[in-house]
Amino acid sequence: MSLLSVDRLSTHYAGAAGTVRAVDGVSLDIAEGETVALVGESGCGKSTLGKSLVRLVDPSSGSVTFKGKDVTAMAGRELQSVRRSIQMIFQDPFASLNPRQTIRTILTAPLAVHGIGERKQREAIAAQMVAHVGLPADSLDRYPHEFSGGQRQRIGIARALILQPELVICDEPVSALDLSIQAQILNLLVEMKTELSLSYLFISHDLSVVRYFADRVLVMYLGRIVESAPTSELWNGAKHPYTQALLAAVPDPSRRKQAAPITGDLPSPHNPPAGCRFHTRCPLATDICRAEDPVFRQFGSGHAAACHHAQ
Amino acid sequence: MAKLLEVSDFSVGFGAAQPVKGVSFSANPGEMLAIVGESGSGKSLTALGLMGLLPRHAKAGGQIRFDGRDLVGLRERDLRRIRGRDIAMIFQEPMTSLNPVLTIGDQIIEVLRIHEDLSRRQARERAIALLDLVSIPEARRRIDEYPHQLSGGMRQRVMIAIAVACNPKLLIADEATTALDVTIQAQVLQLLDNLRVQLNMAVILITHDLGIVAQWADRVVVMYAGRKIEEGLPGEVFDRPYHPYTNGLLSASPRLKADYHYRDGPLSEIPGSIVSAAGEKGCSFRPRCPVARPSCASVVPQLIALPAGRQVACPYVPAIAEKAHVASVG
Repeated sequence: MSLLSVDRLSTHYAGAAGTVRAVDGVSLDIAEGETVALVGESGCGKSTLGKSLVRLVDPSSGSVTFKGKDVTAMAGRELQSVRRSIQMIFQDPFASLNPRQTIRTILTAPLAVHGIGERKQREAIAAQMVAHVGLPADSLDRYPHEFSGGQRQRIGIARALILQPELVICDEPVSALDLSIQAQILNLLVEMKTELSLSYLFISHDLSVVRYFADRVLVMYLGRIVESAPTSELWNGAKHPYTQALLAAVPDPSRRKQAAPITGDLPSPHNPPAGCRFHTRCPLATDICRAEDPVFRQFGSGHAAACHHAQ
Repeated sequence: MAKLLEVSDFSVGFGAAQPVKGVSFSANPGEMLAIVGESGSGKSLTALGLMGLLPRHAKAGGQIRFDGRDLVGLRERDLRRIRGRDIAMIFQEPMTSLNPVLTIGDQIIEVLRIHEDLSRRQARERAIALLDLVSIPEARRRIDEYPHQLSGGMRQRVMIAIAVACNPKLLIADEATTALDVTIQAQVLQLLDNLRVQLNMAVILITHDLGIVAQWADRVVVMYAGRKIEEGLPGEVFDRPYHPYTNGLLSASPRLKADYHYRDGPLSEIPGSIVSAAGEKGCSFRPRCPVARPSCASVVPQLIALPAGRQVACPYVPAIAEKAHVASVG
């Protein structure tokens, strides 16, 4: 059984300029212990999807099932308890920590909210967590501004893991960090996954990081998932022309001074193109692509893509 | 070939703090030079120094010879004539660099009319041609649009159009593609490279992205904590990094180990952070360096010149002793 199962989930935002279909009929599964990456360009809906899973944003339709229970139907205590098991780590370690709170307050707050332990016990758990994520022992009485970017992301990770979640949604957790720090944080996330048997949904636009970090990759374009494949298979044989373009756009020393760029910009999510949403930028597009929305087709085990022309 | 730009021993100080500590490098006409480094390396301050855009209380030292003149200490009036005409710059965030209440046409026309004697109508025609040059579709209609009507990639193209409006000899791109999506980033880099050739313009690419450097740069300067610690051809520097920092950076980068997966083992790390460089009397990288020796704490390593313009500021790399010898006899 999947740990998390998402079925035809849609999240729409109503705005002055009309409805934005940020997430538009997405289905996915995450198995226990699996790291699934969600990649795509800005505006494709990947962050909204992440937030919809824990109901930080309420989905418009579809369902999210966590360990057999429908999260979309939950309220009150039940929703709170599922949020204990699904935690988030955010991109910007500067914006996601309250500057007026000590690390002690930041780390013990989730425990207090969920009624775990007495004050003394909570502080002991926080102290353990600080050591666990590799922060200095005297961190608890300090404020976020006293830490570097990498250390702040360690605090964000400690806060997410202190409730012993089973699934962690990481939304661009290393994008704001310098390269020399990125490796430290990625290694920490792998270490935590092994020790605490976590599953990750890893939202990222950085394909090189994804290639190292993910077991399986979902590629998202304008609110839809267009391809799903095990990581190595995606790099060796991407089926969807968008995935191929995305991979080709990653800077590559072997293509000196030659980009293979796809033309055009991402169309507005207010008014996505009819038929296949990628047809306006696709080198393979034909009449059928302009008329008919392609269905998700299987290409061997665990590999699927939504393209009329994929082979 | 005469150098277009020769920076020697350039430094920037704020009171007691010295974020740029004597940097030297040069650029030839039509060359794409990359300056890489992480936050705190001094790469952006160096760029602002080239443009004469340092904050008023900053103290600049050393020399910046550009096209036969020294820019350090030049009067604001004279600088203003060079800036935007001979040296132009584009920044990371095109939304904050463009004026939201003026059309993009007005903003291109402004630059043209400041530096060149053009009528409004002539300037408008030139602006349309510039939008064409940076591949903005329907330039004649788009010229009257406001920045918010354009996508991020299009805005960065407008910034490039403004920057190249007066055919600059040098374009500085400070993390100009960092905020863009990867497919758009590839398009903008291709555009910069085409313009470099068409206009015979030198480009200084300031970036933290080693993949971009490897793919696009003719030469690379690696900076750490205010100093240049390595320089060379990208192929050579990335295939055989000499400085322990460059080496650490490349091994920590998942990009350059394409087939390496977390199940194969952890990424190699550079321990600590650049903050540890503060107050170091010797080599700034010493607190994080795997090959540091006692002497590194007191002596700032000098740049060692190697064949083919390669330079490295570390005497303790095995390959160095040998190569330096070859260089001195050959």
